[in-house]
Amino acid sequence: MSVTSIGKYEFEPLDKVENFHGNQLTYINWEQHLLFCAPVCLPLPPEMPFAALVQEVLPGVYNKHPDFEKIDWDAVKWTLDGADLTPDLGKSLADNGLGHKSLIRFWTPGLEGIAGSHS
Amino acid sequence: MAEKRKKKLGIKQRYSMLTRGLGWDTTYQPMDKVFPYDNYEGIIIHDWEGWEDPFRLTMDAYWKFQSEKEKKLYAVIDSFAQNNGHLGITDARYVNAIKLFLTGVSPLEYQAARGFTHVGRQFRGVGPRVACQMQAIDELRHVQTQVHSMSHYNKYFDGLHSAPHMHDRVWYLSVPKSFFDDARTAGPFEFLTSISFAFEYVLTNLLFVPFMSGAAFNGDMATVTFGFSAQSDEARHMTLGLEVIKFMLEQDERNIPIVQRWMDKWFWRGTRMLTLVAMMMDYMLPKRVMSWREAWDIYFTEAGGALFADLARYGIKPPKYADIATKEAEHLSHQAWHIFYNYTHAAAFHTWIPEKEELDWLSEKYPNTFDKYYRPRLEYLDKEEKAGRRFYNDTLPMLCQVCQIPMGFTDMDDPTTISFEVSEYKDDKYHTCSLGCKDIFDYEPEKYVQAWLPVHQIYQGNCGGAEVPDVLKWYNFNLGADNMEYKGSPDQKLWDEWQAHRKKA
Repeated sequence: MSVTSIGKYEFEPLDKVENFHGNQLTYINWEQHLLFCAPVCLPLPPEMPFAALVQEVLPGVYNKHPDFEKIDWDAVKWTLDGADLTPDLGKSLADNGLGHKSLIRFWTPGLEGIAGSHS
Repeated sequence: MAEKRKKKLGIKQRYSMLTRGLGWDTTYQPMDKVFPYDNYEGIIIHDWEGWEDPFRLTMDAYWKFQSEKEKKLYAVIDSFAQNNGHLGITDARYVNAIKLFLTGVSPLEYQAARGFTHVGRQFRGVGPRVACQMQAIDELRHVQTQVHSMSHYNKYFDGLHSAPHMHDRVWYLSVPKSFFDDARTAGPFEFLTSISFAFEYVLTNLLFVPFMSGAAFNGDMATVTFGFSAQSDEARHMTLGLEVIKFMLEQDERNIPIVQRWMDKWFWRGTRMLTLVAMMMDYMLPKRVMSWREAWDIYFTEAGGALFADLARYGIKPPKYADIATKEAEHLSHQAWHIFYNYTHAAAFHTWIPEKEELDWLSEKYPNTFDKYYRPRLEYLDKEEKAGRRFYNDTLPMLCQVCQIPMGFTDMDDPTTISFEVSEYKDDKYHTCSLGCKDIFDYEPEKYVQAWLPVHQIYQGNCGGAEVPDVLKWYNFNLGADNMEYKGSPDQKLWDEWQAHRKKA
């Protein structure tokens, strides 16, 4: 449904991918670890290999959490925009299906956060 | 022979001449051209004279009342300053609630003044026009008196120096700012439904009562006196809110679904904005008034329940998602405080972990949830802070496209899992924090694709630079004073010195 307005009402979205200098926005959430209060938002190049996301980006975001070093990356369950994802670490983010404003959620089985509180 | 002196007008006559008597139907131009905005929203009005004026206030009486109130208020403000009233508050942590109010709420009073000035011009009916014009002046008075009441704190405490500048730029202040921008860019009837009804009538008690009792409990006489001085205005505003709803509903039954949709939307937007109040009540007041949960039960579940029972005769239902909002009352303050605790390095006020007795109070007030979900985290963060590793989240958060709050709210039936909603519009994704925000986006996507989301704006390079300190300078923060943990802050240092002096004396 369109806007109730006094005339023609069409505007450019403020967050088009071309506004991000070659990057695309990627949202990431480490599930059941709410010490980090919300998912994070990062501008990442679509050609970045998925391995770099795991090995270089995620530690910078999450390594303050005592569970982080305990993660068994082979057991991690991933979803991309609501569907299950089996990432190919050697391929780029784009080739793994990530688009602008995609949401990646990951679960780390066996890790229950601070004192089992899922924080 | 001298002319016979005319009799003085009766009150009713006088009122009629000074309000309705000031309007006329235009003849050089058609009324539709003079008042182009009061029918495009689809609201059908058959008889503008059907508007009841519950207060019967004329402009001269209005000036007289307001000036009496001003005299009293400014006497108290002066004496508060002359007697160093800031020394009488319970604890310097309290001032952080004032900082949040001055940067987050007071600029909304100004936005309200602009909004009511605009719609006060746009109605062809004289009754609503006069009511809106008076409210516009009230709102302008509120922003002025709030600034004057709180400016005393600016002499001693950090973070109070640039409220309007910060309101336009700082990430969390985009929450209240975008709320009002949304309302002011709507048509006049939606504006009144959003601000006068949903906000002033349904939710205002949750803002004003806790804030003003909080101020009273914590020794802040300047703010309390402002609250009293605004109270009679608020009563008038609430009545306008209810009157506009009844007026629309009574004029034509085709108005009902439109009004219902606005109520659903603005109830949800309002509860999202009140998140800030929830966390203030449960975490920021050194001496607590009541928990957010209790306030919600009294002011929304009971009072709101009675209101919607009354509106049921028009075919109006309680706001959609009111049940979810009621479940949220159990979690909102804890989740919100945690967001600010994560990002205090980018906020113009301090956060802290509550003292042990304060944690006990929260355990008592939230027996089913606090110990299970929130206390272990707070105790862990406390230990980290005491070990010299105060936790900050170094990565910018994902924001909701509609309410603009970081996506820190969980599914209310599963408080360990963040709630995610997404919409597709013209090949782009738009993420929202809740069904309430998603519905709002989906109904008018063209409006919300223009949202100025602070995190995205930073990444686009529109906020002073690429590094966080650059952005904070662009916000006008005094780094290391306005932001960061309360413990060790200049605010705390000064407060502790005063207390030490007092002991010596």
